[in-house]
Amino acid sequence: MSEHAVAPYRNDFLREVEKNVEEGHWVKMCMQCGVCAGSCPLGNAWAHPPQEIFMMIRAGKREEVLTSDSMWMCTSCYNCIVRCPRQLPITHIMHGLANYAHRLGLAPKGQPTQATATLFWNNLIKKGRVNELTFSLALYFKDGFVQGIKNALGMQSIGLGLMKAKRLNPMEILGGHGVKDQSGLQAMIAKAREIEDRKKGFSK
Amino acid sequence: MAEMKTAAYICSGCGIGERVSTAQMAKVAQKEGKMALVREHACLCDESGVQAIRDDIEKEAVTHIVIAACSRRAKTEAFNFPGIAMSRANIREGVIWSQPDDADRAETTQEMADDYVRMGCAEVKKMKVPEGNPNRASNKRILVVGGGVSGMTAALEMADAGYDTVLVEKSAALGGWSAQLVKRVPSKQPYADPADTGIAELAAKVSGHKHIKVYLNAVIAQTNGAPGRFSVDIAQESGATVTEEVGALIQATGFTPYDMMQLPELGAGKSPNVVDQLGLEKLVKAANGSPVKRPSDDGEVKSVVFIQCAGQRDEAMESGGRHLPYCSGHCCATSIKQAMYFKDANPDIDTMVMYTDLRVPGTGEDFYRSGQQKGVIFTKGKTASVEASGNACKVNFKDLILNEDATIEADLVVLATGMVANSGMNIDIPEEEVAKMEVKPVSILNLNYRQGKDMPQLKNGFADSHFICFPYETRRTGIYAAGPVRRPMDMTQAIEDATGAAMKAIQAVENASLGRAAHPRAGDLSYPIVRLEGCTQCKRCTVECPFGAIDEDEKRFPVFNESRCRRCGTCMGACPVRVISFENYSVDTVGMQIKSVDMPDEFSEKPRILILACENDAYPALDMAGMQRRSYSAFVRIVPVRCLGSVNTIWITDALNGGWDGVMMMGCKKGDDYQCHFVKGSEMASYRMSKVDDTLKQMGLETERVASYEVAITDIERVPQLIDEYAAKIKEIGMSPMKGFA
Repeated sequence: MSEHAVAPYRNDFLREVEKNVEEGHWVKMCMQCGVCAGSCPLGNAWAHPPQEIFMMIRAGKREEVLTSDSMWMCTSCYNCIVRCPRQLPITHIMHGLANYAHRLGLAPKGQPTQATATLFWNNLIKKGRVNELTFSLALYFKDGFVQGIKNALGMQSIGLGLMKAKRLNPMEILGGHGVKDQSGLQAMIAKAREIEDRKKGFSK
Repeated sequence: MAEMKTAAYICSGCGIGERVSTAQMAKVAQKEGKMALVREHACLCDESGVQAIRDDIEKEAVTHIVIAACSRRAKTEAFNFPGIAMSRANIREGVIWSQPDDADRAETTQEMADDYVRMGCAEVKKMKVPEGNPNRASNKRILVVGGGVSGMTAALEMADAGYDTVLVEKSAALGGWSAQLVKRVPSKQPYADPADTGIAELAAKVSGHKHIKVYLNAVIAQTNGAPGRFSVDIAQESGATVTEEVGALIQATGFTPYDMMQLPELGAGKSPNVVDQLGLEKLVKAANGSPVKRPSDDGEVKSVVFIQCAGQRDEAMESGGRHLPYCSGHCCATSIKQAMYFKDANPDIDTMVMYTDLRVPGTGEDFYRSGQQKGVIFTKGKTASVEASGNACKVNFKDLILNEDATIEADLVVLATGMVANSGMNIDIPEEEVAKMEVKPVSILNLNYRQGKDMPQLKNGFADSHFICFPYETRRTGIYAAGPVRRPMDMTQAIEDATGAAMKAIQAVENASLGRAAHPRAGDLSYPIVRLEGCTQCKRCTVECPFGAIDEDEKRFPVFNESRCRRCGTCMGACPVRVISFENYSVDTVGMQIKSVDMPDEFSEKPRILILACENDAYPALDMAGMQRRSYSAFVRIVPVRCLGSVNTIWITDALNGGWDGVMMMGCKKGDDYQCHFVKGSEMASYRMSKVDDTLKQMGLETERVASYEVAITDIERVPQLIDEYAAKIKEIGMSPMKGFA
């Protein structure tokens, strides 16, 4: 048996989620009423609504849950949290699961939310500020050069408008500005990651 | 007894005087009602009004009074004159409040008021003041059958209230099933953990109580008598029989778990690792604090699956399914508790509760949450089968959330089977069929009653009791059902139930000692009087009495046990020769009312519709319709009856012969979900009325002239509609051709 082989309906995967996923200890409290599934404005886009995700976790469907794109569909509208009769922080659990799947490298490849979030994060930690110009360009070109040119041309008028209004500085393409003490920032992020890795079982 | 002297009091308060002529009503009372004294008063229920009546009783020796004011349901404290026969003409709710204040209705409103005065005068002259059951007895001891948690609680409650109690238990020890539990579902805040059962302490209290006498290893050999004078033979293990004289009984004989061997598809009998809930209690008790062992090989239990609704809620039951059709209510919480036995000892043990609907009402929700907190896993799924494979069990099921078939392995499978009532014999099964049975039913109470040895059952084998309106009442007066014998329930509910039944039993012995009726006419002093010389031994009264109050002697004459009687009058309604009556309610008191009204002729366009309304539900609904000023036809005249079961068909024939154009009967819902306060009264009435069509045809009348309705106390909007629809119907079929002959 490999490290993560899970017997169906035994509690192994649930315990893994409780331990490694943010707010994962709430999963066991779901009473399967389905209010979250019925309240999600993007429900139609989800392969598995939160109610089902929770059941799949309890059923030990590790692979299916972690490779699912369902939790990536969450737009953080918080409707489910507001309505959950058991007060589960469903939005946070979805993000926690998505993050955990990403860390494990199991998240579906090319999933747009995941790609955007990755670009955003990588852009942000470079200098402690989001460089809107390089972030936008990176987004335009994430699906290839030709598509990137098309995207850029499509957004041309908006870009020029922003420049006229002095909301976009073309010089930012050279690196742009950042926070003070950037090495301090990098140290903080490294420390945070070390703590998180230790907590979530990613430490070597 | 003093000679009858009548008096009528006409109240003009509450707006009566502004709407109708009380002088006219007074004239009617005097001239037609032949009342010796007639007085008008501006507010009869105030001190001066009541005093005026008292003065007449004292100084004028008035014995029979008619009060023409508000409904008989109002001002009952003001108009309370012990020893005086009283009739109440309902002028307020029944006339001025139910008739619109229009000039063109003034005439018919006045006619209504006048008729109610006539009816009141006619009724009161046929009334006698009831003196109370002459065969009363005042034994106030109470016997409890069953020494489980319900029986012990009932005994203790009564003993603490000072009533001597006898407790009979079949087994060798007190406690029943509850004594086998390791812990119980919590009944106190924070409803989070299994709690001590407290049964040992309860049993010790019962055994040591100075007012409680306990018989162990004993059963009831025979029960004779009536409230206040039951005589119960108790057969003991030694073979000796003791007779205890008591005033009332409580049957708390509980339940038997549904036989899990009926569930081979769920693995019962195939593996020792499949047990029912009591089986698990035994395993946990045997482990005595150490890890629970798997029965097949004494291996440590690492995973448990609890299967809910095993052999319960069998939807196929209605069409001849094999298992229990109902939910036993306690099993979800019980499984959660049992899963906690494992989780509290070792959180690494996997416990899963497989349910289709988790039913944990009230504080059970807190307990459910606590179970989840502790890591008990809940799966909404339907179990298809359980297979034994070596020391493990395979549970095959359909996951109802993921909508797919799945299998889980477990060391131990616990089946949540339901409760089967220990209610004794089903007395409705004919003797021929009982003779054919392989396993003969065993009676619990061994009642020496004409109607059978045990209490009647309602459905699914539970003792008949109205589970909402009057839960502990049974159809055997003075015998109360408590606990799972009357419906499935958990321990908390059983304790509450036992307390309620204890109160009812105390009420019964107290009422019996005063010669009064029990529920629902609690305190009524009237009782059925039979004129045996007219009796034709037809047995209808003995068969139809819902409460088994009437036995038969050797010559098949009815023998009334007044103390068992609830005073519904079903016997009076049943009697074809009309020899049964009550002092203040008889064929005559109603019959004379029907005959007393002023009957307009065929061409008057003023039909008359008689409403016989059940005083428990329909009459209050009519009163409330009046209070809400919901108007209805002015052509109706309403007579309250104790129960539709008391309606004798002679009233119908008399009414139709007397020129009434229609008769509406309003009674309670009948059937399995009955609302009849006398259980079977409305059903009897409906059966009798199904035969009335022939009579109508013989008389050459349309069958629509008699109509029956089921009316609930909440039908306040509906009742006026029913009346108006019926009045329109009568208008359509035309006036009765029978007018003017009577």
